[in-house]
Amino acid sequence: MALIPRPPLLQLHGIRKRFGAVQALIDVDFEVSAREVVGLVGDNGAGKSTLVKCIAGTYPLDAGEYIFEGKRRTINSPQDVARLGIETVYQDLALCDNLDVVANLYLGRERCTTHAGVLSFVDEITMEKHAIEVLRGLSVSLPNVRAEIASLSGGQRQSVAVARAVMWNSKIMLLDEPMAALGIVQTRQVLDLIRRLRHQGLGVVVVSHNLVDIFEVCDRIIVLRLGRNVGNFDAHVTSLDQIVTAITGSKFGSEEDSMEKHPLGKRHVN
Amino acid sequence: MSTDFRLHIAESGARGRRRRWETADWGSFPIVLGLGGIWLIFWLANDKFLSPPNLTNLMLQIVALGTLAIGIFLVLLLGEIDLSAGAVSGLCAAVMAVLNVKAGVPGPLAVLAGALVGLGIGLFQGAWITRLHIPSFIVTLAGMIGWQGALLWVLGGTGTINLRDPFITGLADTFFKEVWVGLLLGAALVAGYAAVQFLDRRRRLTASLPVTSMRTLTGRVALVAVVVVAALLVFYSDRGLPLAAVIFVGLVILIDWVTKRTVYGRHIYAVGGNAESARRAGIQIDRVRISVFALASMIAALAGVLAASRLLAVNQSSGSSDFLLNAIAATVIGGTSLFGGRGTAWSALLGALVIGSISNGMDLLAFESSLKFVITAAVLLAAVTVDAVTRRQREAAGH
Repeated sequence: MALIPRPPLLQLHGIRKRFGAVQALIDVDFEVSAREVVGLVGDNGAGKSTLVKCIAGTYPLDAGEYIFEGKRRTINSPQDVARLGIETVYQDLALCDNLDVVANLYLGRERCTTHAGVLSFVDEITMEKHAIEVLRGLSVSLPNVRAEIASLSGGQRQSVAVARAVMWNSKIMLLDEPMAALGIVQTRQVLDLIRRLRHQGLGVVVVSHNLVDIFEVCDRIIVLRLGRNVGNFDAHVTSLDQIVTAITGSKFGSEEDSMEKHPLGKRHVN
Repeated sequence: MSTDFRLHIAESGARGRRRRWETADWGSFPIVLGLGGIWLIFWLANDKFLSPPNLTNLMLQIVALGTLAIGIFLVLLLGEIDLSAGAVSGLCAAVMAVLNVKAGVPGPLAVLAGALVGLGIGLFQGAWITRLHIPSFIVTLAGMIGWQGALLWVLGGTGTINLRDPFITGLADTFFKEVWVGLLLGAALVAGYAAVQFLDRRRRLTASLPVTSMRTLTGRVALVAVVVVAALLVFYSDRGLPLAAVIFVGLVILIDWVTKRTVYGRHIYAVGGNAESARRAGIQIDRVRISVFALASMIAALAGVLAASRLLAVNQSSGSSDFLLNAIAATVIGGTSLFGGRGTAWSALLGALVIGSISNGMDLLAFESSLKFVITAAVLLAAVTVDAVTRRQREAAGH
C-alpha cells in the first residue's frame, strides 16, 4: 500500500522543540498520507510524545514547517489543529474525571440551543443522542452515557477518548499509546478500529512501545532516537530486528552505522 | 468487527440498583438530612427556634454570608481559593458608604460603584494568578491583608460610617407585606422549575432517550412546591417576605443556571476537573479562571453591601476574616469539593443555613461562643469527611 506514491496529507520539516536545557526534538521530519498508518516508535525519552503534542498543537514549535494538504500552516493552539481535521488521543486520555461521558465527548465543542458565545445554553439532548450513536457505532460498552468518567474502568475511559477523536470526521488521527491501558480483547478492538479508519481514508499515526502491535497495523514506521529521526521504514519489507536496531542504536552493520557517523546529516534511510 | 458489544444504557435489576447505590452522587441529600437534625435538636431544646420570627431572623442573618459563599463556590469549583473575598466585601462596602455618605452619590450608583471595585479587584487578582502562575492561595492572602489596609484607609479617621440612604438600608429591612408578591414569586419559581423538568422530559422522549419516570418528576416538583410554600408561610406569619432573601435566593438560582446549563459553566467545571485536559480540548482556561475570580469578587462586593445594609454601617471590622472563613466553611459543608470540579450553587445556601442555624440556635440557648466555634468546627470536619469518603467509594466502584 505504502508503495503507491500519493501527496502526503501532513508534512513536518525540520521540527525543533526545546524544554529549558533539554533539546527534545532536533530537525525532525515527519509525514503521513491519507489511507496510511504510520507507526512512531522509539525508546523512552526519544521524543515520541513531544512530536505528537507538537503535531496536535499542544506545544508550539520552536522551528520547522507545518504543511497540511500542501499548504504551510501557522499553528498557535490545539483548536487550529482541530480545525484542520487532526484529532488526538493522548496518552493520559485528557478526560475530565468530574464530567460525564457526553460532556467529555463534546468538551470544548459543546452543542448549543442558543447562540450567545460562552453564555449559550448547552444542548444536552442533541449531544446525548449523537454520543449514543457514536459509541454504538464503535461498539463501546458503557453502563450509562451520563456516567461520570471517574466511575469508569480504564478500558472504558480509553474507549471514550478514542470515540471523542473519531466523532468529528477528521482526516488525521494521532494515537499516543492507545493500547497502554487495555486488555487483550480491547487492544484487538483498537487495532480493528485503526484498520477501519485507514479504510475510511484517514491518515493514522500510532505511538506505541509494542512493536508487535505496530507491525500488525502500520504501513510505515518512523523511528526516533534522542529527539532525532533515525529511520523511516516500509513496514511490509522490514524486520522486527531492523526496527529494534534503529530504536536502540546498537550497530548491526546496516545503514545505521553511516548515520551514527554523521549525526547532523539528513536522516532518511529509505 | 468480529464481536458486537451491545451498548448498555442502564443496568436493571438488583445488580444495577446496587451499582447505582454505590456510585450515586448523593449531592445535597446528606446535608439536608444534617440540617434537619440540627433544627430538630434546637427545636427540642427551645421551641422558639422554629418560630416564624426566629426563622425569618435566621434568613436575614445568613444572607450576607450565603452571598459571599456563592462567590467562594465559584472559585472552589475551579480548584482555587479566594482568601481575599472577606476583605474585598468590606472594602467595597466602604467605597459605597464613602461615596454615598461623604460624596452624596445616590444609593444605587454607590452600590454599583462598590460592585465595580469588586470586579476590578477580581480581574487584577485573577490576572496575577493566571498570567504569572502564582498560587491563588498566596495572591489572595496578600489581597486579604492589602484590601484590609485599603478598607481602613478608605474609612479614614472616624473608622465608622453610618448608613442612612433608604435604598441601601432598604436592601436588608424591606419586607413585602402583600401576600400576592410572595405568591407570585413562589408560583413563578415552582412553575419555572416544573416547566424546565417536563419540557426536558418531553424533548428527551422525542429524541428517544431514557427519561426520568413521571412519578419521580412529579415528586420533585411537589417537593419544591412544599419547600416554597413552607418558606412563604414562615415569612408571612412574621413580617413578610424579606427582599434580602429574594435577592440571595435569586442569585443562587442564577449562578446555578449559569454553571449547570451554559457553555461557560461547563468550562468552569472542566477547568476544575482537569485544567490540562480542558486546555487541550481548546478551552481558553486563563480566560475562564480570570472571569471566575472577577465574578467571585463582584459577588463578594454584593455580600459586603448586604452586610452593611443590615448593620446600617461600615466599620473597621467589616468583612473580617471570620466572615470569610465562615463562608468557605459554608460552601464546603454545603457539598462543594475543595479539590475543584464538584458542587452546586445550592451548597452556598445549604451551608450558610447550617452555619447560621448553629450560631442562631446557640445564641437562643444562651451558650457561650466557645462552644459555638467547636460545634461549627465539628460539622465542617464531618462534612469534608463525608465528601472525601463518598468520592473514594465512587472512584473505587469504577474499577
